[in-house]
Amino acid sequence: MLEFPRWKYALILVVLVLAALYALPNAYQKNPSVQITPSTSEARIDEALRQRVEVLLSEAGVTPIGTEIDDNHLLVRLHDADAQTVASDVLRPALGENYSVALNLASTVPQWLSDLGARPMSLGLDLQGGVHFVMQVDQAAALQKRVEGYADGIRTALRDARIGYSSVERRNDNTIGVVLVEGADVNAARARIMESLASASGQVVGGSGPQVLADGNRITVRLSQGEIDRIAADAVEQNRTVISNRINAIGVAEPVLQRQGEDRLVIQLPGLQDTAEAKRLIGATATLEFRAVTGDENQAAAVVASGSIPADSRIYYNETGTPLLLSRRILVSGDQLINANPTTDSQTGTPSVSITLNSAGGKRMLDHTLQNVGQRLGIVYVERIPTVRMVDGEEVRSSRSIERVISSSTIRGVFGREFQTTGLSREEANDLARQLKAGALAAPMDFVEERVVGPSLGAENVERGLTAVAYAFVFTLIFFMLYYRMFGIVTCLALILNLLIVVAVMSLFGATMSLPGFAGLALSIGLSVDANVLINERIREELRAGMPPKAAIVTGYEKASDTIFDSNLTGIIAGVALYAFGTGPLQGFAVTLVIGIVASMFTAIVVSRALVTLIYAPRKKLKSLAI
Amino acid sequence: MKIFPLTLIPANTRIDFMRMRHIWVALFVLLSIASVAVVGLKGFNFALDFTGGTAVNVRFEQAVSVDDVRERLETAGIANAQVQTFGSGTDLLIRVRGEEDQTNVDGNAELAASVLSAASTPENPGRILSTESIGSQVSGDLRKNAIYAAIFVLVGFLLYISVRFEWKFAVVASLTTLFDVMVVAALFSLTGREFDLTVLAGLLSVMGFSINDTIVVFDRVRENFRVLRADPLEVFNRSINQTLSRTIITSLVFFLSVLALFLYGGGSLEGLALTQMLGALVGTLSSIFIACPLLTYGALKVTKQDLLPKARDEEALARRP
Repeated sequence: MLEFPRWKYALILVVLVLAALYALPNAYQKNPSVQITPSTSEARIDEALRQRVEVLLSEAGVTPIGTEIDDNHLLVRLHDADAQTVASDVLRPALGENYSVALNLASTVPQWLSDLGARPMSLGLDLQGGVHFVMQVDQAAALQKRVEGYADGIRTALRDARIGYSSVERRNDNTIGVVLVEGADVNAARARIMESLASASGQVVGGSGPQVLADGNRITVRLSQGEIDRIAADAVEQNRTVISNRINAIGVAEPVLQRQGEDRLVIQLPGLQDTAEAKRLIGATATLEFRAVTGDENQAAAVVASGSIPADSRIYYNETGTPLLLSRRILVSGDQLINANPTTDSQTGTPSVSITLNSAGGKRMLDHTLQNVGQRLGIVYVERIPTVRMVDGEEVRSSRSIERVISSSTIRGVFGREFQTTGLSREEANDLARQLKAGALAAPMDFVEERVVGPSLGAENVERGLTAVAYAFVFTLIFFMLYYRMFGIVTCLALILNLLIVVAVMSLFGATMSLPGFAGLALSIGLSVDANVLINERIREELRAGMPPKAAIVTGYEKASDTIFDSNLTGIIAGVALYAFGTGPLQGFAVTLVIGIVASMFTAIVVSRALVTLIYAPRKKLKSLAI
Repeated sequence: MKIFPLTLIPANTRIDFMRMRHIWVALFVLLSIASVAVVGLKGFNFALDFTGGTAVNVRFEQAVSVDDVRERLETAGIANAQVQTFGSGTDLLIRVRGEEDQTNVDGNAELAASVLSAASTPENPGRILSTESIGSQVSGDLRKNAIYAAIFVLVGFLLYISVRFEWKFAVVASLTTLFDVMVVAALFSLTGREFDLTVLAGLLSVMGFSINDTIVVFDRVRENFRVLRADPLEVFNRSINQTLSRTIITSLVFFLSVLALFLYGGGSLEGLALTQMLGALVGTLSSIFIACPLLTYGALKVTKQDLLPKARDEEALARRP
């Protein structure tokens, strides 16, 4: 009667081997290392660079474990975190802007294990040190920008169709007001506007798309709620891509970039310590605008003095504070840029940025330069700084833009998609090129959360977490061995396998281990004990009721299984809730807990029963149980 | 047959838990009200996760006096900073609460640097282990999510137990779970310890642990109702007695493993471990003394009919001519 199907033994064996295999990579300590990646096209990763790096390091008194070249990276493995800091401090300035030097933790897992897809868990910021940001998309600004784009499209459409209008303006409630000149064909205008909107928004006008309402010679365009929501969602998604590019440009190993909620992004940069630098690179919303110069410095100064600015122009200032009149109309904006690289101007030897536009931008530039050779073209550098004020108890978010003319050179010849802009410092050229290359942010973003964890604290946290789990385990094992004797040993074996499965599953899914994760691990030990206690106590009870030992084991396992199922499922419900509504660390805790509960159901009901059967089934005359 | 003599709980206990059920339930009601009152009046010492603001974790070379640091910060013009030891005596956690309207974290690095320079002295320099800065917008969302999570858990419990058991059990199990969480939260509020994200995780997992205990007892109640010919009070008494050793041993082992977390996990896990330890204690007591007595009152009164497998009755009825 005490028997257990063969296939279940096979299953346990398979689980054991797999769990051991996939948990194993965590036993290999990672090497602190420095990773060098080329950041410009002229940079090369080759033997020459390797030798240069080795010389630089030995001059600084750092002996690396080794240097490797793989996948276009140069990886320098080092003995400890201090050597890592020294090495990166030496290499960063010495290699210059052509390379980005990032701190990394290099795996030492042997090749055959990696080939099986086994990898260690990545360590969370609290265990490794680094920077954590949460950014929030400024939805109002995203919407405003898109509506302005639509208004621009409507203007072009009306102009192309030769329909006279006196104004096309975005209003404060994000509708577009169009005023046609007297006698213009309202119906034709309406049709043009609908056409332009449909191609711009990708939606049919009417229904869930934008509404176009005509009243005399006034036309109002109103976006639907659905579209407004979609604009916000698109903005977050586009920003995610942009920021991902920017992070890659900084060269951080194992960055985390996740969407959180409707309008947030979580960014984690392990190994990074300088928040100011990271924020500047990630959050900067710098872009370029190309505008025609409508009045030179003298005219601009006169306009400023008189206060009567021409309707089609705006006053801009350059770095030294000299005013300049530029057209209100943006010729080409940052989002029409395809590529930008820092270069050195071949004629003057000064830093410059070479720019490539997309075809639409290129065409506009070509048209403009064709007609305006000899005129001046202004390039405006726009940087946005978010601010929050209180007005009448209400929170008002606004942004202060810094707009600065960085170049106002004369158009010397006709050019289209590719050209260069000068007048920047070396540093500015590099930053600008990097930001432009990554693309413009669809909407400005604010930093709403920021955490920096030092590397030494991280190492301490790992040690604490491991100690806590180890002690939780030892306390439990000792108790069980003493209290349930043979069944206690079985329980302990089941618990060890339980821990192994949790570690293996988490590694396999690429979970991130954090300090609360360790807590989850310790707790799952405490909770998984529950199933085993239920079984053991039930067996004792059946024995007391006078049942023969073998029958008591079978009844004990069977009766306890139902209870285990019910009680653990409620535990899983709590875990799922924690995961669904929690953020970062809470989710780590929840994942560990849920995996732990599921694994414990398996080890308690299946594995411990298999072991008990192995031990007691062969005994013909079983008088008593060591329980 | 001989059973190994080492047992914490004597076998075959026959404690009459139900005799004093009115007292337990009265205590339950009183404690519930008291807990709500404590949480409502005293509130929590919310950590940065919930309030927004900046926290700097500084390590000094030698042990420092919290009062001295507080004074130095005030002289440096950093008002309302909360200073507490964190982990060992050389580590300090310095928190500067954010303004209610602070929704972004500009200037965090400068603030952290000024806190460090104000807190350190030439003889005992400090260095920053970590900084955190959170806008109040995020923390508002967190509060909302915590409440959603608790509601989700309760509704999940109600549905699951209603399906697997019976609605009366579902209501009582959820009530005791809510009670456990409230009492732990009230104890936490009373001690004035910092309430952070890990404490919230602790409270929510207390829900999981507490219902676990209650369900084991209810499971036995259901089983006994079906096999025993006895009145409900007797069934409850037997069920509690039968599961008593299991309840206490599980809680004990759970308590031990959380104790390891409390002792060795370091400062940032202390809150979590503490809630869990309190939760284990309260959860165990409530599943022994409160869950079953509640099943004897008013609309929640459980009878044998409630627990007889209904499907079988219908089958039996159908088979009759």
